[in-house]
Amino acid sequence: MSLHSSEASQQWDDQAATSHVLKPGELDLSHKVILYLEDISVSFDGFKALNNLSLTIDAGELRCIIGPNGAGKTTMMDVITGKTRPESGSAFFGQTLDLTRLSEPEIAHAGIGRKFQKPTIFESHSVFENLELAMKTDKRVRRSLFAVLADGQRDRVADMLRQIRLAEQAERPAGLLSHGQKQWLEIGMLLMQEPKLLLLDEPVAGMTDDETERTGELFKSLAGKHSLVVVEHDMAFIEQLGGKVTVLHEGAVLAEGDLATVQNDQRVIEVYLGR
Amino acid sequence: MRIPFIVRFLKATPRKGWIALGVFAIVALVLLPALHLFTAKDSALHVSDYVITVGGKIMCYAIVAVAMDLIWGYTGILSLGHGVFFALGGYAFGMYLMRAIGHDGVYQSDLPDFMVFLDWKAYPWYWSGTGHLLWALLLVLVIPALLAFIFGFFAFRSRIKGVYFSIITQAMTYAFMLLFFRNETGFGGNNGFTDFKRILGYGITTPGMRVALFALSAALLMFTLLLGRYLVTSKLGRVLAAIRDAESRVMFLGYNPLWYKLFVWTLSAMLCALAGALYVPQVGIINPGEMSPANSIEIAIWAAVGGRGTLIGPVLGAFLVNLAKSWFTVAFPEYWLFFLGLLFILVTLFLPQGMVGLWRKLRGREHGA
Repeated sequence: MSLHSSEASQQWDDQAATSHVLKPGELDLSHKVILYLEDISVSFDGFKALNNLSLTIDAGELRCIIGPNGAGKTTMMDVITGKTRPESGSAFFGQTLDLTRLSEPEIAHAGIGRKFQKPTIFESHSVFENLELAMKTDKRVRRSLFAVLADGQRDRVADMLRQIRLAEQAERPAGLLSHGQKQWLEIGMLLMQEPKLLLLDEPVAGMTDDETERTGELFKSLAGKHSLVVVEHDMAFIEQLGGKVTVLHEGAVLAEGDLATVQNDQRVIEVYLGR
Repeated sequence: MRIPFIVRFLKATPRKGWIALGVFAIVALVLLPALHLFTAKDSALHVSDYVITVGGKIMCYAIVAVAMDLIWGYTGILSLGHGVFFALGGYAFGMYLMRAIGHDGVYQSDLPDFMVFLDWKAYPWYWSGTGHLLWALLLVLVIPALLAFIFGFFAFRSRIKGVYFSIITQAMTYAFMLLFFRNETGFGGNNGFTDFKRILGYGITTPGMRVALFALSAALLMFTLLLGRYLVTSKLGRVLAAIRDAESRVMFLGYNPLWYKLFVWTLSAMLCALAGALYVPQVGIINPGEMSPANSIEIAIWAAVGGRGTLIGPVLGAFLVNLAKSWFTVAFPEYWLFFLGLLFILVTLFLPQGMVGLWRKLRGREHGA
């Protein structure tokens, strides 16, 4: 219900702001950019978590974000997903969707999926049910009350179970999985949403080297069709991904470029090694 | 291939559940009524008035306990104000019962005795139409549902959770109790409604009426269990449990928890209200004491003792705690509340899954039915 009202207001804004034909509530990638953050500031009790942060992500890009603790990485994801409202600045998904005015479920519908730092899955549901709940579909109350899983949907869950190598565990409660398996399940849940942009907060924490390697392969195969923003500390993993790297420091972008350039940047070295 | 809804509704309850319900139906709808109506009072087989009345009353409590578990055990929202919905249902039906007294009150007036006592000359506007059974039944459902919807909308939209939500539900039921204590509110003040005479012209203390109310309570309890079973096995039920376990994940998957919570919260309130409406004619009185905060806490204890997150648990809990209460309040009246408090602490500490959890443990099963 709330979705409709804000879509309606969205439509008004869109018509006022641009001239070409728009489909309200749909992602517009006409300028090849999927995410714009501009001059975003957020503070908690006087502490500036984000300080005029500006960042753009291209459609299909795989971007890594690094930075010391407290640099604002998680807060940035909170702003993009609607959990935290910025005090100033603008956040747009595509050309038209103003992220600062949509709720979390609306943003999820628009096509942004988020993996939390700590794996967040439904522990008392089976692995299968976790993926079923995540699947892209009408997620309103009335539909859920009468929903029956169609054969095609069942197949999609089965495909995903194979892709994340949890087919054997399908009927087990998700809480019984190992840490690495939980990470994979959460990634699988994101993919079931068919998002355009994936935000992944430390996706390989707690994984074995082998699992990390496979996760890297998976992400690389997703880039192109999806855009990915990966927050990580694991430099070997970032090197494997091979995309552009953004360094955050004290709530703003400190440096940007390929990994080698960034690693040789004098300011980045200072931030990481202390002065 | 679309499966008709009714089939899915019936299939949600497994075979064992249907057998148990069938046995319950035979006992509650046939056996006990027959033994009450058709045996001599001194016969060994006779089922007394007391059994029928207490049985009917406890079944109403059991419905409330199941309703509580839908919102607490399955959705993780602890309401400590469910007594208010139960009482409002009771009051709404009580209005009909008061008007059905007709001129048989102490003052033999058109108005109920308490209004004569207050020197009122006419019914307040909100009493209009309550002389009709169907209108009264509509009010039984609509008023508590409206209160639940409005209260729930603001509470859930503001993302009030956990103990804060529990506290404001306590405040809500307390506020309603104070409101209903006032004579000017028009619901009989602290005496509430009593001295009911009849429903649809049939005497309320006749064996036939007693049995009818008993059977209706049993039927509503069975319906509540079937409905509950459908809900918790539907996708909606899985979303509710997901909200309980990881609400932020639910939001980032694109579900809006507000409407899900509001749905189950309002439904739960309506079930309580129906139970309240059946309860009042069986016990013969409704007063603001039913809205006391302690009453609502007791509802939560029934669910906890029986087993949260199961449907049969709250029913068992309601029966066990209330049978214990019947015995305790006669044997050691002053210690009942201490015992109840102790029971709650012990169950929370040692039996988080209640009696059902204990039973499962004894059978050595990790999880299942």
